[in-house]
Formats: sequence, structure tokens, C-alpha cells
Amino acid sequence: MKFEHPAGLNPIDRLTVVGRPVDRIDGPLKTTGTALYAHERHDVAPNQAYGVVVGAAIARGRVETIDVRAARAAPGVLAVVTTLDVPRLGRGRMNYAYLFGGAEIQHYHQAIAVVVAETFEQARAAAALIRADYTPEQGRFDLAAEAGHAPLHGDGDEPVHRVGDFETAFAAAPVTLDRTYTTPDQSHVMIEPHATVAVWDGDRLTLWTSNQMIAWSKKAVADILGMPAEKVRVVSPYVGGGFGGKLFVRADAVLAALGAKAAGRPVRVALTRPLVINNTTHRPATIQRIRIGAERDGRITAIAHESTSGNLPDGSPETAVAQTKLLYAGAARMIAMRLARLDLPEGNAMRAPGEAPGMMALEIAIDEMAEALGLDPVEFRIRNDTQVDPAHPGRPFSYRDLVGCLRLGAERFGWSARDPKPASVRDGRWLIGLGVAAGFRNNLLTKSSARVELDRHGVVTVSTDMTDIGTGSYTIIAQTAAEMLGVGLEKVVVRLGDSDFPASAGSGGQWGANNATAGVYAACVRLRDAVARKLGLNATDIDFADGEVMSGDRRVPLGEAAGEGLSAEDGIEYGSLAKDYQQSTFAGHFVEVAVDAHTGETRLRRMLAVCSAGRILNPKSARSQVIGAMTMGAGAALMEKLSVDTRRGFFVNHDLAGYEVPVHADIPHQEVIFLDEADPISSPMKAKGVGELGLCGVGAAIANAIYNATGVRVRDYPITLDTYLDRLPRPA
Amino acid sequence: MMKLSFEVNGTPCDLAEIDTRTTLLDALREHLRLTGTKKGCDHGQCGACTVLVNGTRINSCLSLAVQHHGDRITTIEGLGTPGALHPMQAAFVRHDGYQCGYCTPGQICSAVAVLAEIEAGVPSHVTADLGAAPPLTNLEIRERMSGNICRCGAYSNIVDAMAEVAGVKA
Ligand code: FES
Ligand code: FES
Repeated sequence: MKFEHPAGLNPIDRLTVVGRPVDRIDGPLKTTGTALYAHERHDVAPNQAYGVVVGAAIARGRVETIDVRAARAAPGVLAVVTTLDVPRLGRGRMNYAYLFGGAEIQHYHQAIAVVVAETFEQARAAAALIRADYTPEQGRFDLAAEAGHAPLHGDGDEPVHRVGDFETAFAAAPVTLDRTYTTPDQSHVMIEPHATVAVWDGDRLTLWTSNQMIAWSKKAVADILGMPAEKVRVVSPYVGGGFGGKLFVRADAVLAALGAKAAGRPVRVALTRPLVINNTTHRPATIQRIRIGAERDGRITAIAHESTSGNLPDGSPETAVAQTKLLYAGAARMIAMRLARLDLPEGNAMRAPGEAPGMMALEIAIDEMAEALGLDPVEFRIRNDTQVDPAHPGRPFSYRDLVGCLRLGAERFGWSARDPKPASVRDGRWLIGLGVAAGFRNNLLTKSSARVELDRHGVVTVSTDMTDIGTGSYTIIAQTAAEMLGVGLEKVVVRLGDSDFPASAGSGGQWGANNATAGVYAACVRLRDAVARKLGLNATDIDFADGEVMSGDRRVPLGEAAGEGLSAEDGIEYGSLAKDYQQSTFAGHFVEVAVDAHTGETRLRRMLAVCSAGRILNPKSARSQVIGAMTMGAGAALMEKLSVDTRRGFFVNHDLAGYEVPVHADIPHQEVIFLDEADPISSPMKAKGVGELGLCGVGAAIANAIYNATGVRVRDYPITLDTYLDRLPRPA
Repeated sequence: MMKLSFEVNGTPCDLAEIDTRTTLLDALREHLRLTGTKKGCDHGQCGACTVLVNGTRINSCLSLAVQHHGDRITTIEGLGTPGALHPMQAAFVRHDGYQCGYCTPGQICSAVAVLAEIEAGVPSHVTADLGAAPPLTNLEIRERMSGNICRCGAYSNIVDAMAEVAGVKA
């Protein structure tokens, strides 16, 4: 189905199942430990052996020799494969680091060997016996040191994005701001480490793995191993978190496959927690300079955002400037990125790549600017709202109610009680502050397909390679099919995450919910047509409700209509609506913090997000997406940072004790409000995404609340107490 | 190699030969194929592997299986099944106290144990009066659950689920 015009009225608009806060259909499995994740697939093949991966001990250079004699002789060992045994393998289209093969070491903990043994304990012990000799080379590991000579890196045709004459407008502005902000390297640290069971059947390979993008990964496995894609099957029905870290095939999958081939047995490999951090990908650190010029009435006249990040050769930058093209009005604009060459592990997408760190900086700058203008920060943002793409005023937003988010949020949060003078509210030993930030993340459209089958009992089965990484895909897909075919949720079976199923949008970029359900919608339209044809009815004049097909006086139970069974397959494809309209999602983030006047410890007291994100397909699971993202944003603001050893070139805090993420004690009760809306330009579902929106801006809202509480402005994340303790007001 | 006998979810289990290096977590997941208990870090840093040993919650990755000869182990599979959920499991479903589901069995085992600990009067870091019974507050629940990391960030909902089971307001 080609989606070329804004959606009219369609069966989804009935909202009898879609739009309802139903419990997740996979809930009983997940809460009883019976949902099977990749490393738990004892069921898929007998006689599985265990593989343990060995990582490189240098950050850059060559591995000269690998002594495997002791490992091979160790009890239970079935096979050892080293990187010197195979030429450098291919790599996935969107990756910059090679996963295995050859002598060159690009980054610390790059895989250099896999040891396969009868048991995990044997494989782990044998892996520790491997001895490698290296010739290290000097690498570049310090972003701040490289930033000064990093070349420009455009994200479109031009290296610098310009609208009007920024320099002149900025020089002429009566009120200006010119500040630099930094965000650190961050790790996804999903709780399920990357894991794979690999099974060869002749020249056919099946990988039970933990992956967000099945079709991409099938292709990547074929490219990496140099085999035809038709011979590869990738299966991933449950994914224990990804956040972008499982968009790609990683070393676990490749080494399970090579290990299984060498051992002649199915092999199971999980990355250890330290390997997850230095062997896989991370969100790159940024250095961001923001300049804003405004009239005294608060109208922005000039805005510039420049960001520098680093990556391996061939790598791309963290696109932290993306939102600044679109979020606020302003006639003169300049946006640029620089990319430094670094020899750290691969930088790549982590939840809301670009906007997450970009909004952390931009939304502090906006707060600073509001203060310089003597304006309330909510009002300043409202005054600079734009309903069109500022670079192309003929191109409107499909739907944008940022102003509504901010107004409603301010009202619900009690914003009017905020004292704009910092450090003026005390509650015992606590300094209290309120902060606000806008939230912004684009809505991305990408094609997505599904198959829908109907059996003679009226049971509807949806199959698509879409994944559920905690996002609620199982449930919203079931809701979509139930709505389209007029059945209850209990009549719908959803099968996900298998490359034998039609290719979907996959999970990433908060595009999964809208696109994958739109694909299911398309397949259901086709199935409705098939039912109509079978019954000899006019497809435009029938209705599906209560498990029956209805036309005029005629009512046929769906199972009866199916006869021996009906099946339909289709997908959604998009025309030019994403070009004609800017499609984005919006939020207002509000936070209250308490900062200990003596120790500087920050506690979050209240958090509220108001979201403008099209139709909400399931308010219960969507709310979870938003609170989860707010939690990750709290981590980004207050604690998360990969510490770089700039001498040896690796992330030092490579476990969950050193890389701190929020725990229960850090997170207060969180409120989420979805504005009641539908965006007919996004898809027949009229939905958009929320999973990343909830992250974008919340960190800055926390930073701004800390400023309001203490009068101390911190521009380098994370805002740990050592960064501002000496600047706290003297306790009375 | 050693012989190990213990009770898991009410059923006596004999492992004739277990590698002394095997953790309780791997004994459950790899030998007994009870994969409901998760491995998130293998370091005692995430809580995904939480089980109850003689009624007390522990990180099963930090304990060798052979230390548990004669012990009574309860895993997530012993609390309830998809068709007959434990009240805590049902409350997690109602409150959407999970997303990816990977930390969830550990959260639920901890949640059940935390309510029992408060009931038994065991104090925590945030208990103000060590002489009195600890109150069932949001703060007490959050403090005691802090060894169970949820990277998906379901905390606010998990606390709601626990409060409902405990019969208090979160
Ligand atoms: S697996 Fe035991 S605490 Fe993480
Ligand atoms: S539900 Fe994913 S880590 Fe908690």
C-alpha cells in the first residue's frame, strides 16, 4: 500500500481496541520468566556448546601472534578460532569497526578469539589461557585534544547549513549568548548482554540472537561471513533491551557462527558485561558551541549550533545539531558539525542519536537566554515557536503543538509557583528548584510489511520480522489487527522477530510503532478484501466487528468466512508526505529537584512530560516508553559517563558498578500526559513515536532545575556534585 | 566435580556431577534449564539473577552452586505461571512494571522479598528509627529495590505494582 495522501477516516478511527491502555499480551510470559531470550534457546538445537570471546588488550596496532596451545589442551575445549585464522571479514553497512579477522586492531576489546568448550566454565577457563603478542601503535583517544583540528562534516550536501547571514544578525542582536556545552560518551547497557545461538545445517546458518533490526542483520551476517543472504536466518522474538546497541550484528553472532562451524556443533555465545562496553558501540561524546541572538522582546534573530564529536575512520558524527534546524524560529541560522578521528570503540546510534545530547545542550542555552532576557523560560519558548521548517517556510509541520505541551505542563506542574531568582527556595537542608525544557524528536517513515492469516476458528495470526525490544510491539500490533478485523485481542496471535517473516521497519529511531502497525494495517486491508471477495461482497460496503463480517443484513462469522483459511501480505510504503511536511514529535519536560545545601547531592522530586506525538496506540505501553526515556535522561543528566583512559585508549568503567545508571532510589513518581491528537499525515495509523521523545530535553530540564535551586550553572554533563560543590551558596 | 542436592521450587533436585566453578545462576539456567532467572552482568551489579534462598533474596551469580547443598531455592518459575500468576506478577502486568522483560524476574523476586523484609521489621539505609517497625513507604521500597537495575526505566511502575500488592499508596 502506497501512502501518498493524508489519511481519511478508516477502521482504526473506531478506537475500540487501538488507543486503549490494554495490558501487554506478552506480560504473562515476561513476568513468569517464560519468554525465551537468545541465550536461553536450549529448545532450538540439541548438544549446544559454549563459546567465550577474548578481547584485544590494546587499543590500536596489530596482533602478531596468538598462542592457543594451552587453551586447546584445556579440558572440554572443542575448538579455538582466532582472528589470525581468518582474513578480515566484511562489515555491516552501517558499521565502522570490523568485528573479526586479520591482524589489525582498531579498538580495545576488539574480538581476537573465541574458545568453544563443552561447558561455560571450561570455555571461560580456557579463554584465560590464550596469550597474544601485540605491536601497539599510538592512537588518538582524547576528543578535546583533537577537536581543534577536526574537519567539518556536513550531514547533507553542504558542509555548513546556513539560512540568512548568521554572523551579521548575531552581531546586531541586542541580547546574545555564546556558550559551550559538553556531553560525555555513554553506553546503552541494556540489561541483556548481546547473545547468540548459532546453528549450521549444511551451508545454511540460523542465528537465535538479540537484535532490533532483523532484515538489516540478515544482510549484514551475509556480508560479514561472505555467504548468500538466502542462506541466513535471524530469529529474535524477545530482546532484553537494545536502545540502539542491538541495531547491528555484533561479535557474539559472528563468533557463534565461526565457533559452531569449527566445532561442528551448535554454539552459544554471550558477551561478558565488560565486552558489551568496549567491544560494541556507544554514544559519542560531544563539544557543542551555541550562539543565540535575540531582540529585547525575546524574538530570536540569530541561532548557531556547532558540534564536534569523534569516531573511527569512515565513522559518522553524533548529529547533536539536528533539532536546532527545526525547533525554534529565527531568521538567521548556522549549523555545523566537525568530526575528529578517534581510535576508541565505534560510536554509533544510542536512543535518540543526535537529539538526545543536542537537546541537553540547546535547552540549557535557551534557559540561559530566557534569563538574560528577563523572560520566563516557558514564555520564551512559546514566543519562538514555529509552525514551519525555518529553512523552508513553505514546508509546514504536519502537526505541532509544542505550545500546548508547555502550557498544559506549566499548569499541571504548578510552574507559576517557581521563583525565577535562583537559590531562593529552601526546604530544611534542601535547596529546591524547578526546571523546564522542550522535547523534540523527528518522526521517521520507513516501509514495513506483514502477513496476516485468518483460520476457520476466526483466529488472526500476524507475522512480521518486527521486534519488541520492550516497546510494546506485540501488543500494539495485536491491537491493530484486532481493530481492523473486528475481533477481540484474545483472537489475535502475533509472531515477531524472524527473518522468514515479511520485512518490517524494525525497532529504532522511535519509528517502530507507527511504521510497523501501518504495515499490519496494509496487510489487514488486503485480508479484508480477500474476505469480501470470498463472500462475494463489495469490499467498500462491509464492516468487520464482533468477530463477524457484515454487509447490509448479512452477517458471517469470520471463521466461517475464512473457510480453510485466508492469508494476505502487504506493507506500507510512503510517498512524498515526509518531504512536503516536516514530521516531528514534541514535549514539555518539567522537573523539580532538591539539592542538599551541604553536600550538593541532587535528588529528583517530581518529573512530568507532556507529549504531542500523534495518536497514542496504547497509552499504557507508550507511557512506559516515556518514563523509561525520562529515566535514561536522568542518568544522562546526573551520572552517566564512560571515562576514557586517554593514554591506553579504552572506557575504564566497563561494568555496571563503574558506569552508573539510575536505580529505584534515584527515580521519583513520574507523570506523563499525552495530548489527544492524531496526525493523518504520518500514516493510516495517524500515530508517531514516543520512545525517544521522552529522552530528548529531560536532561536539560534537570540541569535547569539545579540552576534554579542553586544558582550554579553546570554546562558539562553529567552534573555530578564534584563539578559544582565549591560553587554552592554557603549554607545559612 | 561434586554432587549437589537441593530443592528448587519445591522439587528435590540432584545434580550428580557439577563443576565446582558453576554459579548457582548457571546451575539454574544451564543445568536445570530454568532460564527465568536472568544473567545481566555475572558480577553482582544488576540484580537480574535475584532468587530466594531459604526465603532470602540473593544475587545467584555471586554464589557457587555447591554452596547450596540442602538449600531451598525459589526462582521466578516457582512464584507463578502464565496461567496462574503470583499476585506480584499480576500487579507487574497491570502496572506495566517492565518493558523488555529482562530485569523483570529479578525485580519480581526482589519485590516479593522486600515486602517480606519490611513485614519482618528488617531496617534499611533510609529507615529513620531503627527501634520501630520500618514503614511501608515509597522511599523504603525504592531504597530496598535499588539493587535491581532496570535500564528500560520501569521503576515508577514497579513501585506502583508493589504498593498495590502491599495495599498502600505509592
Ligand atoms: S547477573 Fe547477578 S547481579 Fe547481574
Ligand atoms: S524491563 Fe528492560 S531492563 Fe527492566
